[in-house]
Amino acid sequence: MKEVIEGSHAVSEAVRMARVQVMSAYPITPQTHIVEALSEYCADGRMEASFICVESEHSAMAACIGASSGGVRTFTASSSHGLALMHELLHWASAARLPIVMAEVNRALGPGWNIWMDQTDSLSQRDTGWIQLYCEDGQEVFDTTLQAFRLAETVNLPVMVVLDAFFLSHTYEPVDLPDQETADRFLPPFVPNIRLEHENPCAMSQMAPPGHYMEMRHAIQGAMETVFETFSEIEADFDAVFGRKYGMLEAVECEDAEVILVVTGTAASTCRQVVADLRKKGERIGMVKLKMFRPFPLEAIRETLGGARKIAVLDRNFSFGASGIFAQEIRAALCNHPGHPQVFGYIGGLGGRDITTDTLETIYRMTKESPEPARESVWVGLKEEE
Amino acid sequence: MSRTAETIDTAELMYPGHVGCPGCGATIAMKLALRALGEKTMLVIPACCWAIIAGPHPQTSLKVPVLHTAFATAGAAASGLRAALDRQGDTETTVVAWAGDGGTFDIGFQALSGAVERNEDFLYVCYDNEAYMNTGNQRSSATPFGMRTTTTPGTNWKRSRKKNIVEALAAHRIPYAATASIAYPEDLMRKFEKAKAMKGGSRFLHVFATCPTGWRVPSEMCVSIARLAVQTNIFPLYEVEDGNRYTLNFKGEKPVSEYLKPQGRFKHLTQADMKEIQEMVDEDWELLMRKIGLDPCG
Repeated sequence: MKEVIEGSHAVSEAVRMARVQVMSAYPITPQTHIVEALSEYCADGRMEASFICVESEHSAMAACIGASSGGVRTFTASSSHGLALMHELLHWASAARLPIVMAEVNRALGPGWNIWMDQTDSLSQRDTGWIQLYCEDGQEVFDTTLQAFRLAETVNLPVMVVLDAFFLSHTYEPVDLPDQETADRFLPPFVPNIRLEHENPCAMSQMAPPGHYMEMRHAIQGAMETVFETFSEIEADFDAVFGRKYGMLEAVECEDAEVILVVTGTAASTCRQVVADLRKKGERIGMVKLKMFRPFPLEAIRETLGGARKIAVLDRNFSFGASGIFAQEIRAALCNHPGHPQVFGYIGGLGGRDITTDTLETIYRMTKESPEPARESVWVGLKEEE
Repeated sequence: MSRTAETIDTAELMYPGHVGCPGCGATIAMKLALRALGEKTMLVIPACCWAIIAGPHPQTSLKVPVLHTAFATAGAAASGLRAALDRQGDTETTVVAWAGDGGTFDIGFQALSGAVERNEDFLYVCYDNEAYMNTGNQRSSATPFGMRTTTTPGTNWKRSRKKNIVEALAAHRIPYAATASIAYPEDLMRKFEKAKAMKGGSRFLHVFATCPTGWRVPSEMCVSIARLAVQTNIFPLYEVEDGNRYTLNFKGEKPVSEYLKPQGRFKHLTQADMKEIQEMVDEDWELLMRKIGLDPCG
């Protein structure tokens, strides 16, 4: 049944229907609505779960690690500074091969204090061994969160479901919510592959000397490489039950496109409109919405973008001293591809600044009119006096 | 009932092949603790000497399940494990966080304070060897006044007092906080058994554990040094229930110099320094006696 709910509550509803057993979180704007709803579900009995109100995000992830090691389905949510404070334990969770799911609301890091949309927080966690999935709207947030538990529990890696601050977390949209029975059909109860138990007392996450460490790291990459196939299988199962699928990336009007815009998150919705409008005017514009960032879908990227002429990547993030992070990854993915396209990098929408149809149309025209990229990144929407 | 060699359960939950240093007080503490706690125990061990002593992959020196965790997280990880066990209907298992003084007094203090404020149903044990011994003897906030460490060397020996961790925990009004010493095994095991039985809330044990390597004492003096710490009132044995009911377990009579002089870490102290330490210990003792409701001089 469709209900008009907030993006944050699309997360909470999915977590409830996933029958998560232990949650732990620390409040930070704009994540609070997610955990407030979950606290209510625990209080009124809609969820049979424990919610541990810890004193920091560092402890939130540590509590999830403890709970997941004990063999239960585990969830947390955070954002920005909170995610940064978790950093050490993000590495710990993935290397311990724990299937923890987190909702991460993309928010800028200070100073200056800024609670608004920016992707640098989640992208700074690129190398922590977490699967990262970026969502466009409330429905995708719900669906991806439910799928995330199956994905995490199949490959034994943690999953971060990423959604834009306010543009998605605080926006009300119609979301098709299944009944519990249907959700259960898609997501069976958690059966841990390994947990602490008296019958088989072992040590988890202990010291790993040079003779063992490297194989453990190699095994994590091995698991990452299985994600593409597992994700596709899970999406197919999800599609069979719910009639929706998204893909690791989605290509729109790319076949004959002269310029392909690569976007993530809610900017994809805006970009769909720009593609539709400009196509009507005869412009050969296409769009790729990138959903999966880790593992990075190299093959799909090469297949979809390898034959294009010009690619314009919109980054709502920045790696200081280098360029936009999605653009870097796409350049790296294509550099060994024969006759690879030119990659134009654009930085926009940092710290909550709007990405409008005008912004995207400007990016399209700049790319179309430039014979080659003038520099690694062009910042769009800057005020002239600054 | 007093214990004898015959009545102590000798079913060991610790293998002999651990990698502790000779004379390590922390291994004695674990051995005695597990005798008292029994096999329905799960340990959460953050970075500390015991993260090494418990053995590297694929070995373990313990016969109970162990969750190794990051330095600052013992209190939080133990909270999560407790919740997971409860959710699966296992209320019998005792979850024990087992951390050194660095992981308790310093980097893990926030997570510990948060956990005991929530009155998490676990036993938190700090085995205290009074510095970062695993990394080679750097000062912690458990390092006592007067001690030389590698980060308080030479004439810069530590001039601030040791943090009183039991009082800090008692201030959280948890059901049980107590000190224990490896030199008083009957008392120590009684406290572990008592803590185990007090299910439902946070219990904290501060265990004095000599580090012969870091303290620069012969390994065979491990237990006698720990005994002197109690006999000189440097490390009083006492219990606090609900943060307000104090019980004294032992009254020391000896001067602190008897404890300080045999240890290389205090070798540089003058008579005047030792007098200053004696005054601090007397002051602390008087404060403790007032809380217990005893005459400090009686």
